[in-house]
Order: sequence, then structure tokens, then C-alpha cells
Amino acid sequence: MCRIGSIKSKVPVHPSKALHLMLPQQEGHDNSGFAMVMQDLYGIFSDYKDKPLLSLACTQHGAELVEEYMDSHNFTQLAEWIPVPNKEPGLDIQAMPYYIFRNYDYPEYYNEKTQAEREDLLLDTRLALRKILEEAKEGFVYSFWPDVLTLKEIGDPRDIATYFRLWDDNGCLIAKNIVAQCRQNTNYDIVRYAAHPFFLQGYTLCANGENTFYTKNKEFQKSLHRGYIGFESDSQNFLYTLHYVLHELKWPLDYYKHVITPLPFEEIEKRPDKEILMAIRQSLAHLEINGPNTIIATLPDTRMITCCDSKKLRPVVVGRDDTMVAISSEVCGLNEIMPNRDMTQDIYPNEREVVVIDNELEVQRWKQ
Amino acid sequence: METVKTQDIAINDLPWKIEYNAERCTLCGSCVATCTFKSIKVAVQSQSITISEKSQPEPEHRHIARAIIKQDASIANACRGCGMCERICPNNAIRPVRNPDERKALLSRDNGPIKRGGRTNLNAQRTLDHIIVGRISQMTDPSLDSQRHTFDIRAPFGRVLSPHELPFRVENGKLVMAKKTPPVDWVYPLIFSDMSIGALSTRAWEAVAMATAYLNEKCGLPVRMSSGEGGMPVKLLESEHLKYFIIQIASGHFGWNRIIKAMPHMVTDPGGILIKIGQGAKPGDGGLLPAAKVAEHVQAIRGVPKATLSSPPNHQGLYSIEESVQKMHLSLNAAFGFRVPVAIKCAASATSVSVYNNLLRDPYKICGGFFIDGIQGGTGAANEISLDHTGHPIVSKIRDCYLAAVKQGLQGQIPLFGGGGIGMTGNAAADAFKMICLGANGVFCGKILIQLLGCIGNEHGRCNSCNTGKCPMGICTQDPRLVKRLDIDRGAQKIVDYVLAFDAELRKLMAPIGNSSLPVGRSDALVSTDKSIADKLGIQYVC
Ligand code: SF4
Ligand code: SF4
Repeated sequence: MCRIGSIKSKVPVHPSKALHLMLPQQEGHDNSGFAMVMQDLYGIFSDYKDKPLLSLACTQHGAELVEEYMDSHNFTQLAEWIPVPNKEPGLDIQAMPYYIFRNYDYPEYYNEKTQAEREDLLLDTRLALRKILEEAKEGFVYSFWPDVLTLKEIGDPRDIATYFRLWDDNGCLIAKNIVAQCRQNTNYDIVRYAAHPFFLQGYTLCANGENTFYTKNKEFQKSLHRGYIGFESDSQNFLYTLHYVLHELKWPLDYYKHVITPLPFEEIEKRPDKEILMAIRQSLAHLEINGPNTIIATLPDTRMITCCDSKKLRPVVVGRDDTMVAISSEVCGLNEIMPNRDMTQDIYPNEREVVVIDNELEVQRWKQ
Repeated sequence: METVKTQDIAINDLPWKIEYNAERCTLCGSCVATCTFKSIKVAVQSQSITISEKSQPEPEHRHIARAIIKQDASIANACRGCGMCERICPNNAIRPVRNPDERKALLSRDNGPIKRGGRTNLNAQRTLDHIIVGRISQMTDPSLDSQRHTFDIRAPFGRVLSPHELPFRVENGKLVMAKKTPPVDWVYPLIFSDMSIGALSTRAWEAVAMATAYLNEKCGLPVRMSSGEGGMPVKLLESEHLKYFIIQIASGHFGWNRIIKAMPHMVTDPGGILIKIGQGAKPGDGGLLPAAKVAEHVQAIRGVPKATLSSPPNHQGLYSIEESVQKMHLSLNAAFGFRVPVAIKCAASATSVSVYNNLLRDPYKICGGFFIDGIQGGTGAANEISLDHTGHPIVSKIRDCYLAAVKQGLQGQIPLFGGGGIGMTGNAAADAFKMICLGANGVFCGKILIQLLGCIGNEHGRCNSCNTGKCPMGICTQDPRLVKRLDIDRGAQKIVDYVLAFDAELRKLMAPIGNSSLPVGRSDALVSTDKSIADKLGIQYVC
């Protein structure tokens, strides 16, 4: 079982904050990795917030392949951050040779294009790079999106942080939103792509638990969108459905919960909006999720949400103070990073609730 | 002594031999009276016996003529092994015994092809018994509690739209329906399959109908019953209960005169319409109701004279699937104002996937369900050659159709229902559950219902005489004396009890795999101990 956590802050925070949130929960995970997605970046990326940022782990040849592709597709490199790792002996990390975080400018002829066309370009570019690197076995590309940085690595989270100098808190790598997790997917072979959080076109998602409808979800999602690939983890299903409901169907956020954990028929019958809820349950039956789980997600507008399975078989708690809201599988994580918060304000979402945190840190509880 | 002619039928040629114990028999005559097939008769036999009637032993040898019960050595009156004689005999003096050396199939074609009821006796293999629910939730993903948790055991019946086809509009942050969508009912995933009044006695049909109404109204299980070809009693057509019934239209269109006349008086819509194209037990054949069973009330309901009623093998005028969709689906949808799901039932066939693909691509979105009937389905009357040698197993067919839909991202849009042999071993819940994991939305069953009413027929040649009008259990007959044998209240009760147990058992299977909704298409929950089955169905092979 893993533990998940996230931070949404009015002032940008360092990744070490996310590590402090996660490490006290280590009894529940196995310290087999560290992965995070940062959204709304400051520090060295401040000047390029509207330019797509590529997050990549690769070999030297992989880096060349990526450069070649990006050049031939008219992306111009604007800025780059290549972490200089701390290679002190004894660190438990299975590092890749290079980690590249690079901002690009869109090809010139994209200046006139719509937002949707740009989003498609970024997705298609990431998919193409993934394919190239996968075939050559030369690396992994995690995200390619403005203002979004992804880091995933196998090893002990503390050592990973040491390696990337994340404990230094030097102001270079900071963001207002961080979603993190400290475990590799141990159900299957360890694959870097299988580590949460997952990212797709502005949507980030982390899940703790099992999705027993994985096969059904996967079989359906495969035909819904070209970006729904990989399926290295059953938690990707949550992300793809989130993306499908919000980005493709363009339904309001409330309906995501109705898709993944629909109300029992008996309850739908009593609702004034039963016609809609039944139609959703019917048409999206293959996107329903069963099994115990909790998810944390960030939306393209950087609102953060959390919700649980319909039987509340997995824990999650939301804590807040004046400048920060944090979501965590266990309360010990919150106690570590915000010991002075008013604990009576902590929220333990129930099985029919979606907790939404907006950019003013207003916390809303939506009943399904 | 008469010369024995080798062509004469001997008892030893028959599939069942009567084992009779003259010492126990008190000659009450009950067995002879009860045997509807006239397979046994009273005969006189000379016997030489030694008796002693005095207080002291004084044995005396005598030749006496004595009445006994004797089996009739004829094909027409062959014992069907129904066991009524054994059931009724107060002294355990008589019972049928299976004869492994029988030659009936060989000898009974003097008057043309053999006709019988029941299901295939040749292809009764059980794929489902080689499949196990093998993916058990443990540790991180806990099993559910079958008694405490809520389980949604429902199947869609009606045309389901793709998510992107839903006519939704956003208004004040809420979705609203911009226009009408096709009707879909969420029904119980076990549908009582089409057995007509005519094939069944009215009382037997009523017993099933009573059970249906009870399950809906008292148990909260929205079970649907298909009428079978041949219409329904007008009283029922005009009652509130009509909503639990799926009216069937088959190639003979029997009974539709009355249905159409009743339409203005209907107080509610029927639960659905089922267009029967074919039947698993005898694919390519139309319905068949032998004259012996066309009693007066059957003539009235169907609007026909007393005669053998054969439905044509095809719906006249349907030359293609597109046409079937356009003509029949559209007109039946229109007849009930597009408020009632219209589904189609076909015999499983090597071509089922093409049919399903065509239905899925229908631009009108009006096919509300695809019922596929496998070779192990039952029938009231068919040629034995059709029963045993034509058809297609249902399990891989459901899987193939489901996967064909998956390939196009259309799974779930036309709900799949599989039938034919469901519950053959008495365990319908396990069968249904496995079919659902393989991609069915639900199952339909018929034979098991009449077995619950008392039918003792099976796929090993027992009884299977539903075509004769002499059903010993009063189920498949219109003979009023035989019909009295059936206690319809107890029969209905049996069906209700069975379905309630079925429901509890489905939960017992859903709970350990951690699912609160039906695991439609969750093939990962299944494993097979047979490699070829595992490969064919795309599930894990285990040993
Ligand atoms: S078993 Fe049935 S058919 Fe055979 S003799 Fe007895 S009652 Fe008649
Ligand atoms: S008992 Fe009746 S219904 Fe059953 S097989 Fe015999 S004739 Fe048919």
C-alpha cells in the first residue's frame, strides 16, 4: 500500500516540504522511490511560465534523440535546468545518467493556433518522444507542459532528495502545488512510468489503493483517446477518466465522482437529477472504479481535489493553515509540516464527498 | 411358441427398462394410471411357485395365472424414464432403469425424423465448469462483506449511448438533458426466457408469471419475463403487471392480433419487446407447436384453428440485418412511442459477431439488447437432429461479441445477454457470474424455471417429451387432467426461493473479488484449468 500527499500553498514551497509530509508516513510505504509533479513554478522557471517545460530522464543518446526530434519539429529551446547531482557514496538510488528540465518555445506557426491545438501539439510531442525513447530504451519523458515539472526516481526518497539536492532549499526549484508519493508500483515489475503521480494535459493525479475494475477501465479507455496509453498502473485509469470527463466531455467537475463511484441505483432513483445520473452510469459504466482507493489530483487551473472510493476503504485527511493546505494519507504527515494548524479544522472526507481547494485556498466540500 | 422376428421391438431396445418387483406389488394400479406415455400395462403372467399355507410347512407346487405390471415393448410407448411410476408406487415396487444398450435412435425413424423437446443430449459439455473465480481480493484490496455492503446487481436493458453522444448541456454548472435518449431500464441480470403459453400449460406459464410479479413487488428484484411467441392473456396485457413482461414477436407473429387490439387498453408499457430471430436449441428453425398442444385457449390467444403451428424459419421480408433494424426495430419502437426497449434474440452462430457489429453500427440507435442463445438452450419441440447437431456454444460467443465491441470502444452500448444451458447443473448464479465476467450484461434462462416447477427432463435423454402433450408433470401439456398435477403456488414459490438464493450467491461471488457493481467484462477475475479454454477466452491458465 502506498501513501500519497500534496501541498497547495500561497507562497511557493520547496520539494523538501513534500518530503517532510511523506516521510513520517513511511511505515505505510516501502521507501522504494520518490515521484512528484510540481505545478505553478517559481524560482528558475519563473520567467517561462507560459512555455512548455519538458521533464526527462535519459541517457546521453536519449538526450540527443530528443534534441533531434525537437529541432526537426521547430521547437526552440529557451531555458534549461540540468540538476548537478550529489553523487556521494552509499546513496540508494537507481539514477539515470541525465535529468533534463527544459523550456521550449512553440514552433512559430503555432502563434496563430488555438489553445486546444497547442494542447494537442504538446501531447503529441510527448507521445512521440516517449515512443522514440522507449524503442531505443534510452529514457523516459514524464511531462511536457507549461509550468509543470515531473521528477520520478527509484530508490530511497531521502537519498533521492540528497542526490538532487532537494534538501538544500536554495530557491531554485519551488512551486505552489506539489503532488508527491514515495513508492514504486510494487504490484508489477518496477517501471518508472508506473510511479504516480501521472500527468496528462494539465491534469495530475496520484492514487492510493487498488482499482479492481482495471481491466474494464483499460479496455474502454484505450479507445477513448490517444493519450490514454501505458496502463502500467491501475491508477492511471483515474487520471484518464478525470481527463475524459473534464477535458473531452467538458462536464463540470462534480460529475467526475458520479463517473468513478456512481451512486447505487436506489439512491439515484431518489434524486431530482436522476435522469442525468442514470445516463452517466449507463454510458460510462466501464469507467466506474471499484476497490479501495483515495485520489489526489491537480487540475489545469491548479485547483486541487481529493476523494475516496465508495466504501471509504482508504484514508485521507486535509489540513490547512493560513498559507497552505495539505492533503495526506495520514495525519502524521500534516503534523510534521504544519504542527501549529488548528487540527479541529482537519477534514476527513467521506465516501460521497469531493474536497476541492481553489487557488485562494478556499476549501469546499462537495457532496456527491 | 411364436417365432421371434428380429425386427420386432424388444424391451432391451428401449432407452429405459422397468424394474418391477412382483413380490412387493399390491396391484393398486397407480403406476399404470399415472404413466402418461402408456409405457406400462397390466398383464397376466403364468407363474410356477411353491407355497405353504398351512401352520406346518407343507410346500406345494402350483401353476398360477397372476396379474403383473409389464412394460410395453413399443417405440411409440417407450418409457421416458420420468419416474412418475416410482414416485407414486406406495410399495417401491417399480422404477425405470437406464438401458445402456438401447437402440431407440436407430429404430424410431419409421415415421420420419425424430421429434422431441428438451435440449441437446450430445453437446452437454460444460465450459463454465472449467472456469474458476480465481482473482480473490486479499490484503490491500479487501474483499467486501456479502451481507453488509450494498451491491448493485442490475443490467441495462435498452440502447446505451456512447458518452460523447449523450445530449447534455451545461446550465449553471449542472448537466441537463437537451433531448430524449433511448429508453433503458436497469433490470435484474437474470431474465426469464421465452416459453410460450402453448409450449407451457397456462398454469405453468402463470406460475412463472406469478413468481416474476412477486420478485418485483415483494422482493425488489426487477426480474423480467419474456412472453414467448404466441401472445399473452388479455387480462395481463391490460394490467399493471405488464411492465414486468417482455413481449416477444417471432416469425409466426402469433398472438400479435390480440396484443395490438389490447394496446389502447394498456395501462402501462410492457417491459420490452424481444424480436426472436432464432433459438439456440434449433437454429434455423421456426417455432413449432404440435397440434396435440393447441388447446382451445391456445387457439384463442393465438387466433388460430387447431393444427400444428409452425413459425417460418425467417421473418418474412427481412433480407439483411440493416433491414431488420429498419423495419422491425423501427416499427416496434414506434408502436410504443419509443418508450420501450426493443431487443433482438438470435441463435448463437459462427456469424454472431458480424450480426452484433451490424447492430452496434446501426445509425438509429434503436436496438436495445442482443440476446444470444447457445446450443444448450431448451425447446418444447424440435427435430432431434437440430437439437443435437446444430447450434453453437454460448460461452465463447458472448466473449467474442464483447471483445468485438471492445475493439471499437462500443462495449456496453447494446447490452449482451447470454442463454442456453445457464444453470444446467443447478448452479445458475455461478454460471451467470462467469458469463458476466466474460462480457455479458446478464443471462436468460428457461429450462431451469420449468425444472423448478417439477420438470425432470435432462440432457441425458430423460423424458424430453415436451412435444407430445403428455408432460407427466403438467408443465408442457394442455391436457387439463395432467395440468392439475402442477401446484402453481408451490411452483411459483420454488422459483422465487431460487432467485433469492441466486441473488445471495451472486453477492457471495462479487464480495471476494471486491466488487459492488456487476463485474461486466472483468475477465481478470477468472482463471481456467483448461489451457485451450483459457486461450480461447483470453483468461489466465492455471493448474
Ligand atoms: S418412468 Fe414414466 S414413462 Fe416410464 S413407466 Fe414410469 S411413469 Fe411411465
Ligand atoms: S417433464 Fe414435462 S417439461 Fe419436463 S421434459 Fe418431460 S415433458 Fe418436458
